Amino acid sequence: MRTLRLATWSLRVHVRGAAVVAILLLLLAVVSVLAMSTGSALSPGRALASLLGYGDATADLVVHGFRAPRVLLGLLVGTALGASGAIVQSLTRNPLGTPDLIGVNAGAAAGAVFMILVGGAVLPGALGCGLLAGVLVYALAFKRGVGGTRLVLVGIGVNAMLHSAIAYLLTRADLYDAQNAKMWLIGSLAGAGWDRVWPLALTLGAALPAALVLSRSLSMLELGEEVASGLGLRVERLRLALLVVAVALSGVAVSVSGPITFVALAAPQLARRLTRSPGPGVAASAATGALLLTTADLLAQRLPTAGQLPVGVLTGVLGGLYLAWLLRRAAAGSGRGWRSR
Amino acid sequence: MRWTGLGLCLAALALVAGLSIAVGAQSLDPATVWQVLWHPDAGQASSIVHDLRIPRTLLGLCVGAALGLSGAIMQALTRNPLADPGLLGVNMGASLAVVCAIMFFGVEDLTVWVWFSMAGALLAAVAVHLIGSDHLVLAGAAISACLLGAVNAALSLDAGVFDQWRYWDVGALNGRSMEIVVQVAPFVAAGTLLALALGGGLNALSLGEDVGRSLGLRPGRTKILAALAVTLLCGAATAAAGPIGFVGLMAPHAVRAFTGADHRWVLAFSAVVAPALLLAADVLGRVIVRPAELESGIVTAFVGAPIFIYLLRRRRFA
Repeated sequence: MRTLRLATWSLRVHVRGAAVVAILLLLLAVVSVLAMSTGSALSPGRALASLLGYGDATADLVVHGFRAPRVLLGLLVGTALGASGAIVQSLTRNPLGTPDLIGVNAGAAAGAVFMILVGGAVLPGALGCGLLAGVLVYALAFKRGVGGTRLVLVGIGVNAMLHSAIAYLLTRADLYDAQNAKMWLIGSLAGAGWDRVWPLALTLGAALPAALVLSRSLSMLELGEEVASGLGLRVERLRLALLVVAVALSGVAVSVSGPITFVALAAPQLARRLTRSPGPGVAASAATGALLLTTADLLAQRLPTAGQLPVGVLTGVLGGLYLAWLLRRAAAGSGRGWRSR
Repeated sequence: MRWTGLGLCLAALALVAGLSIAVGAQSLDPATVWQVLWHPDAGQASSIVHDLRIPRTLLGLCVGAALGLSGAIMQALTRNPLADPGLLGVNMGASLAVVCAIMFFGVEDLTVWVWFSMAGALLAAVAVHLIGSDHLVLAGAAISACLLGAVNAALSLDAGVFDQWRYWDVGALNGRSMEIVVQVAPFVAAGTLLALALGGGLNALSLGEDVGRSLGLRPGRTKILAALAVTLLCGAATAAAGPIGFVGLMAPHAVRAFTGADHRWVLAFSAVVAPALLLAADVLGRVIVRPAELESGIVTAFVGAPIFIYLLRRRRFA
């Protein structure tokens, strides 16, 4: 931990954390360029030229029309999921406490599945139902404040109902519609266009700075409510602000790409292990989420499978294997006694 | 006080089990049901009661008890109130095994799926344990995510597999023959005995491993046995009825508000309350959309979740 000073301003910087974020961003840039410049129908050289503004018409169409929005969408969704995951895990002090648990994802999923089955507009349906579910969970958990565990348990209850509703819809629909809905539920970036990038970019533009600013108080909140209010924090108001940010981030991300599994759970855990930082690490988690998702999507497009796999398949496998490997290594390294939060 | 409560819960369970035999999509009057229950004949009523409703009720009892117990153990073992019995990777292991059975072996028979999903559940639990017995929650989540990825890959590439899988994944008690009850009952029985014997060990474990050790218990052995019990119970339940998630998470919570933190009581109550809830949901699912039926996996959440939220708002929860 170092302190940077400039006149009357000072900023405490976690050196290893900052280095990790820088490396992650560098990797992210490499993967993004790879994703935009490789693939069929276009040589890497032509794609790269188009990316730099010297492309021919075909290359411009492919890169700007299809590949750039897809890569950007992956980046933004990963960032949003990683950041919101870090916030909620820290708020609930539970590694299982992802934004899914507040009901946003399941609400969005139920709304989207319903819209797919009746043939309505998916994005607004998902967004509306997702936010509604988030508000419902907060309202049901509110009783002179929302304690961390009660919020998540109420969320589990509401989630269970929404998932049942989804299972009901899936078994009653005809196979074609049901499979479309299932693909959406796995989470996919296929067919991404600028119309899906913009809503998320705007949300991130507003919510990510807020998340980064609030995350400093979040590490005080991790010390416990009494200590935090003793340090002068207004706990309930802070918690509501953090929840709103997390819900907005994950709600919009899920609405544009489907509930991509495991990024929100794995990114904060991976980031915490990479930075060895005790705090919530919103920035590192956001960068990890973005890298995880863009890498998974690159693989999803390039793997020689019978059809193109939705990215949600690969985030689970990649993130799961990596987290399992980290856990195994930590257990082997320190014998017993090493313990995750 | 607790004994009275347990007696009341058992009475409620008996009542619901009775209802489960008496009530169904095909309405039979209670006198007929009573008559054919003890004197089976060749008639339609007798066939409904003996071939459909009794196996279904027994299955509900087995599955419900297994889910309640495995949920209670899982929450004690991980000391995490959000842990559900599937967390050990059991549900996802079973799910992947069923997908493999359909995809590679062309199996469409529920009774064969049972063996596949038991094996899948066991393998997944072993993998989770090998990776991180010290942080089961994360190891379980990591392995579950990998397995879910594999399941989703299969489902998104093969519409035929998806079409069969979606009915299994809902979680239901209907359409299961007596044969399935006989298949899973030994596993549930073994798991139940093991679970009920573990109560004291789990109490010591909840004080922390060091305290447990100084009390003369062996926390390592308790944890392994507890994980084994969860795998047997939750694996058998999922094999028989598909993944029914919410009961196993909710029952121990609801029970703990009444019994306090003593795991011996939490286990005993969970084993009674969970099947009562599951069977009640199943009976309700048979009557609300007559003559069609709603799968109990669906109704359970819609009956259980409001009660759960009401309890959460009323009381302080551990």
